[in-house]
Amino acid sequence: MIKIKNLHKKFGKLTVLDGLDLEIDKGGIFAILGPNGSGKTTLIKALLGMVIPSKGDISIDGNSVLKKWNYRNELNYLPQIANFPANLSVIELIKMVKNLRPKTPNEKELIDLFGLNEFLNKKLGNLSGGTKQKVNLVLTFMFDSDLIILDEPTTGLDPIALIHLKNLIKKEKKSGKTILLTTHIMSVVEELADEIVFLLDGKIYFKGSVEKLKKQTSQTNLEHAIANLITKQNA
Amino acid sequence: MLKILKYSIFDLLRSRWSYVYFTFYLLLGFVLLFLNNDVNKAVITLMNIIIVLTPLIGTIFGVMYYYNSKEFTELLLAQPIKRSQIFMGQYLGISLSLTLSLVLGLGIPFVMYGLFKSTAIFDFSLLILIGSFLNFIFVALAYNIALSTENKIKGFGYAILMWLFLAVIYDGIFMISLIIFNEYPLDKFSLFATMLNPIDLSRILILLKLDISALLGYTGAIFKDFFGANIGAFTSILILMLWVVLPLRRIKYKLKRKDF
Repeated sequence: MIKIKNLHKKFGKLTVLDGLDLEIDKGGIFAILGPNGSGKTTLIKALLGMVIPSKGDISIDGNSVLKKWNYRNELNYLPQIANFPANLSVIELIKMVKNLRPKTPNEKELIDLFGLNEFLNKKLGNLSGGTKQKVNLVLTFMFDSDLIILDEPTTGLDPIALIHLKNLIKKEKKSGKTILLTTHIMSVVEELADEIVFLLDGKIYFKGSVEKLKKQTSQTNLEHAIANLITKQNA
Repeated sequence: MLKILKYSIFDLLRSRWSYVYFTFYLLLGFVLLFLNNDVNKAVITLMNIIIVLTPLIGTIFGVMYYYNSKEFTELLLAQPIKRSQIFMGQYLGISLSLTLSLVLGLGIPFVMYGLFKSTAIFDFSLLILIGSFLNFIFVALAYNIALSTENKIKGFGYAILMWLFLAVIYDGIFMISLIIFNEYPLDKFSLFATMLNPIDLSRILILLKLDISALLGYTGAIFKDFFGANIGAFTSILILMLWVVLPLRRIKYKLKRKDF
């Protein structure tokens, strides 16, 4: 479904992506992992068209998406840090994003799920980090798209919201969606991910299931397996 | 693009600064009319203020809006909208809301004072037209600077320098070169140099329409010949338009290459 070929990206002298090749099939949950600064967010932003690659190609369903914009209608994105305009209320922001996309949203259900009803008329500037993240989640999941990209979705969430989020992701997977997510919380990866894509120095260093990773590194614990991957490279 | 434009205007109309700006013009209009007691004289004083102030406010608003809405712009960039439409919508939103403040803020006192019955109506309209042009020009220039400068403080600094250069320093250099090259015929040069600065161009355009060009001496006569004729006025408006179009083209060019 997603095909990334020989992707290069440099920011000035700093090489972030260095000839990355990746194929992601339709359906399933893919965890994009890697140490800080390994290029996870750059990869995601290149997929979204926010970062323009120095070289290489990205195609979704066989069509190149570079310099295009309408493919984003089939894509939901949860940004890493949710900073919304401070003088807008929650409901106004939701209405505005609804207005920008042609699809029919189902925001009511999600607002109830995350208990946001009492915050709807509050200004976004006055919300706590966790509540902002919930608003962020509503904006991401309210449209029915084939591809869902989540950049650190668990940030700031309380345990109940986290359970709701996990169930939501599982539900989307069941209906055949492709979900890409980055996170530093290994329990989430272990519980959700069908496949791990491990990024290091701007390349794919490992791609496969959690089991395969554990076997390859001869570790029983995912956290240690990942740590093993990182240190092996550095040694 | 219209959706973004609508949102930007809505957002700005809620911001306190739009009202501060509007109230400032409103007070300015009333005070000038009260002090001068004559619409014609008030228009001349007003010109001196508009020519320096609208560029400054346009520059500051442009840079401020860009940096303040940066995160939100990133949210928009992930939506199915074309990049250039997001930024054009924001640009038009700022320029239009500033122009609205200018037109209403000055229009209300002058109309109340009996603008429609006075002879100054043409001069006043020209002044408002040029003020609007300066808004569109300087917001575009400010957006250019903000797009090219990642660092907020640096961006503000460059923008203020740009305004200072066009509003003050340019004139200084112009004057010095006129003194140094005193021996040579300078009429063509000064005409050309005036064209290159939107603030100077606006100033001369208004001065000549106000019929006080006698103060400008020989060069003034040449200017009067050029700007007073239809071709001159037409060329000036054309150049002011170029001052809007060229920065906008650069914004588009820059957007095609920028990472967010």
